Amino acid sequence: MTAFLAPLAGGALIGAAAALLLLANGRIAGISGILGTLLGPAARDRAWRVAFLVGLLAGPALFRGLTGHWPEVRIGAPWPMLVAAGLLVGFGTRLGAGCTSGHGVCGLARLSPRSFAAVATFMAAAIVTVFLVRHGVAR
Amino acid sequence: MNAPRLLAAFGSGLLFGLGLALSGMMDPGRVLGFLDVAGAWDPSLAFVLAGAVAVSALGYALRGRMARPALAPRFEVPTNRSVDARLLVGAVLFGIGWGLAGFCPGPALAGLTLGLPEVALFVAAMLAGMLLYRFTAERAPAVGP
Repeated sequence: MTAFLAPLAGGALIGAAAALLLLANGRIAGISGILGTLLGPAARDRAWRVAFLVGLLAGPALFRGLTGHWPEVRIGAPWPMLVAAGLLVGFGTRLGAGCTSGHGVCGLARLSPRSFAAVATFMAAAIVTVFLVRHGVAR
Repeated sequence: MNAPRLLAAFGSGLLFGLGLALSGMMDPGRVLGFLDVAGAWDPSLAFVLAGAVAVSALGYALRGRMARPALAPRFEVPTNRSVDARLLVGAVLFGIGWGLAGFCPGPALAGLTLGLPEVALFVAAMLAGMLLYRFTAERAPAVGP
C-alpha cells in the first residue's frame, strides 16, 4: 500500500498545481502548450510561461531540500532512441495539442471529449510501443 | 503582466515539479514499467493520474462558481470539443515517443535540474520536434487541449 502513497500524494500536488493556475490565472497547466507557445512568434503572455517553467525546474530541487535526495531517474534508452523519442514527443504533443498534463490532468478533469480521446490514444500507442520494444520480434 | 500573476505561475510550476519528483513520474524506468502491461507490470503510476485528476477536478468545479480567475480578467480554457485527425495522429506520435524513452514533457523538463546528459539530449530533441511542428504543420490559432 505504501508503494502507492507517494504516487497518490505526488499526483495530488500536480492536481493542486493545475487548480492553482486555473483559479488564479485562468490558464491550463499543460506543459507542452506552455513550452511550445514560447517557441512561437507571438510575444503574448511570455512572462507567466517562463515563471511557470522556472518553478517546474525548481520543483525537484525543493524535493531534494525536503527529503535529502534527488528523485530517481533511470534512463535505459540509448542515445539515438532518446533523440527519436524527443522528436516524436515534441512534434506529437504540438500536433495533438497536449500531453499527459494538458490532456491528462486538466482535460480529463474538465471532461473534455478531445482529451479523453487523446489520453486513450497516447496510452495505447505507448503500451504497444513498450510491448514491441520489450517483447517484440526484435528481442 | 503583474507580479501576483507571475508569482502564482511560479508557485504552480513549483508545486507541479515537486509533485512530479514525489510521484515517481520523473523516473523513465518506472514509467516504462507502468506501460509494460505484458511484463512485470507496475501499476503504481496509475495513482499519480488518479490523484492529479481528482484534485484538478475540484479546481475545475470551483471555476464554475467564479466569474473570473482571482488574478486575471478571464478564463482561457479551450472550447473545442471535436475529435479530429490532427488530435489523434499527434497523440499516436506522442505515445510512441513516450513509450520509446519513458519521458513526457513535464518530467523531462523537471529532470533537467539533475544535470544528466541523457535528459538534456531528450529535451533538445523535444524542442527540435516542437520547432519542426511550428515550421511545417502549425495553423493559427493554436488549439489547446
